[in-house]
Amino acid sequence: MTATAETTAGSRGSLPPVPDGAVTVTVKIRRFNPEIDDEPRWDSFDIPALPSDRVLNLLHHIKWYVDGTLTFRRSCAHGICGSDAMRINGVNRLACKVLLKDLLEKGDKHTTITIEPIKGLPVHKDLLVDMEPFFEAFRAVKPYLVTYGNEPTRERIQSAADRERFDDTTKCILCACCTTSCPVYWTEGSYFGPAAIVNAHRFIFDSRDEGAEERLDILNDIDGVWRCRTTFNCTDACPRGIQVTKAIQEVKRALLFKRV
Amino acid sequence: MQFHKYDVVIIGAGGAGMRAAIESGQRARTAVLTKLYPTRSHTGAAQGGMCAALANVEEDNWEWHTFDTIKGGDYLVDQDAAEIMAKEAIDAVLDLEKMGLPFNRTPEGKIDQRRFGGHTRNHGEAAVRRACYAADRTGHMILQTLYQNCVKHGIEFFNEFYVLDICLTETENGPVCTGAVAYELATGEIHVFQAKSVVFATGGFGKVFKTTSNAHTLTGDGMGIVFRKGLPLEDMEFYQFHPTGLAGLGILLTEGARGEGAILRNASGERFMERYAPTIKDLAPRDIVARSMALEVLEGRGAGPNKDYVLLDCTHLGAEVLETKLPDITEFARTYLAVDPVVEPVPVYPTAHYAMGGIPTNIHGEVLRDNDNVVPGLYAAGECACVSVHGANRLGTNSLLDINVFGRRAGIAAAEYALSRDEHVELPENPAASVEAQVALALSEHGQERVADIRTELQATMDANASVYRTEDTLKTALHDVQALKERYAHISVQDKGKRFNTDLLEAVELGFLLELAEVLVHGALARKESRGGHAREDYPNRDDTNFMRHSMFYKQGEGLAADIRMDFKPVTFTRYKPMERKY
Repeated sequence: MTATAETTAGSRGSLPPVPDGAVTVTVKIRRFNPEIDDEPRWDSFDIPALPSDRVLNLLHHIKWYVDGTLTFRRSCAHGICGSDAMRINGVNRLACKVLLKDLLEKGDKHTTITIEPIKGLPVHKDLLVDMEPFFEAFRAVKPYLVTYGNEPTRERIQSAADRERFDDTTKCILCACCTTSCPVYWTEGSYFGPAAIVNAHRFIFDSRDEGAEERLDILNDIDGVWRCRTTFNCTDACPRGIQVTKAIQEVKRALLFKRV
Repeated sequence: MQFHKYDVVIIGAGGAGMRAAIESGQRARTAVLTKLYPTRSHTGAAQGGMCAALANVEEDNWEWHTFDTIKGGDYLVDQDAAEIMAKEAIDAVLDLEKMGLPFNRTPEGKIDQRRFGGHTRNHGEAAVRRACYAADRTGHMILQTLYQNCVKHGIEFFNEFYVLDICLTETENGPVCTGAVAYELATGEIHVFQAKSVVFATGGFGKVFKTTSNAHTLTGDGMGIVFRKGLPLEDMEFYQFHPTGLAGLGILLTEGARGEGAILRNASGERFMERYAPTIKDLAPRDIVARSMALEVLEGRGAGPNKDYVLLDCTHLGAEVLETKLPDITEFARTYLAVDPVVEPVPVYPTAHYAMGGIPTNIHGEVLRDNDNVVPGLYAAGECACVSVHGANRLGTNSLLDINVFGRRAGIAAAEYALSRDEHVELPENPAASVEAQVALALSEHGQERVADIRTELQATMDANASVYRTEDTLKTALHDVQALKERYAHISVQDKGKRFNTDLLEAVELGFLLELAEVLVHGALARKESRGGHAREDYPNRDDTNFMRHSMFYKQGEGLAADIRMDFKPVTFTRYKPMERKY
């Protein structure tokens, strides 16, 4: 099916004016609504967009003016909340962090963008997937500070260097870009996946934490860090620039040498 | 329809909701109902810091923090509440550190602190280092830390449950809150949650404006629900415009940048804040900086091809400070404007940011039903609430503080109230009826109006007529526009008729709340014929303590979207600070 902006404009009033400098984008979207579809299909929409538009703007244009049934998650629209992870032209990205100009060749007046749901999690509807297995893996690694004994009256003291040690992995927004880019995760959904390991790393290497051994035991499991095949897809996919593969390697090393 | 029974139900899983849940969940059987997955909440977008007079890097005390908060709020702050917030700020920060929050550290390993707008030493002498921070992602760290601790304590979440109504049961002592009604996004099913106490922590409504730092999901649902129940909203005319939004986009660039030394400049490169706030310059409170920027542009000193923004100059801070202390905003400027703050100044303009007003509560988070009485069992905290600690203008960092201090207080109070009741009070008859009717109506064929068109027009008129500067004329235009849009809203069409993740329906419902809250905002702004804090009337440029040193209270009169608004007033609580002229 090909729906275009023109064909559906009639009954619901006029479309927003096409801005100067707009190019035409064919947005191909993997659609699936189990309420009515037997299997997934592709829909295409031709819409006007500015090079400075985020891919999320294109999805909103389609949803708001062409097809209200198009379904996806989004919230902050600037790469902080982690709602709108999706496969854009075959790679995992946040729709609000990819600008159209990043996908255009210089001088292009037209381009085609394909958008699919992230892989490895059950699709609920269109680009919206079931996040529960992902969060279950996160919760399983004890992603919180573990301490024993009495708490100090004031703050715990931590040197700037000790704080820096785990800084990279504190940036995680749990968007699932990394985990759902991992070929191991696609075939073995029981694998904890990069994001859960990143969040374990964030505490294992925190000098204030006393739960490293418990977490390392969990990740030494058959579905733990040893599943990682160092393909670096996760690092490429991370919208926060976290060195995901490196973090996983550091956890492996901590297990091998029994030392953090 | 599904039925659930809990001691405490918390609505919203941002900072305030989760801080409340950590307290309540350890004391009483608690459920958190949230429109979004908890880690998607907009607390995560807060950047700069959370103030507390720890005095880790220089002399400070909570009394100075109290004074700054009251003066910053242009004396519309309830002073008892501000004192509690500033005093409890210290433990609020230490609690977060103990929960695991990775604050930046001083060379001695203590929590580091930086300067922030309006926070001063000794009642305005000079800027003070009071904001505890984690780079420019303090809100992200707070949200993650609170969620991590909810996981630790096994807090029960109902994710993607959109609460559309609360249950009020009439008793001989007035209405009592007995539960909440939610629409489950995954299935379209209606759920009734009976509870002994209910806490609203649903955040703000920035999406009434076009240019805003707020998320798409910040549509004032909690405030709207309360208002529709005939309960009051307080001080809704006071809306904060954050000075440094990315020009044209509204994406937030933290005030922490100026805390680290960044400077605002006009087209000719002049540091214009020296003229408006000679003592603390770029670190004046947000209302003053936002107005100064707007004036620079209005008077032709704006930068850029259309002279419609000013410049945030970070170039002298150096790459290292930007990469280590302000990495996220550096990336935002690069990603969204293709501007590198290391080598060139960033185009900025005020962006709609924060509602000072909201659901009126006392210092325990109990919701007021009029000036003197509470609704037993009903609580609110965070941006959706109005304690009032922010008065007419919130100081930077005080929102992260507010959610922690009053989220905690509301959680404790709600749990203790629930534990003090043996039995649940009976629900009103047919508790789900109004939500079922609302959903059925939205899905029925009753017109061809597009939700996006109405929302776009609403945002355009609010930006043009009810933002940084307002006049009788612009506000009347806004009121007229909003009322006309409400009429059109009665004829909206929702294309998606399905039950499964119907986000088309969700957006339609959200727009209903936005329209009502926009009208309340404009109504209040028209009635307040003075300028105070974030409310600047060009036709009444001065503060008028004789007639307007009072909180506004708004009540919905009648049913339906077209109902009237009744206004009342509530006195401001003073303890030790007399109103003075506000100079920086």
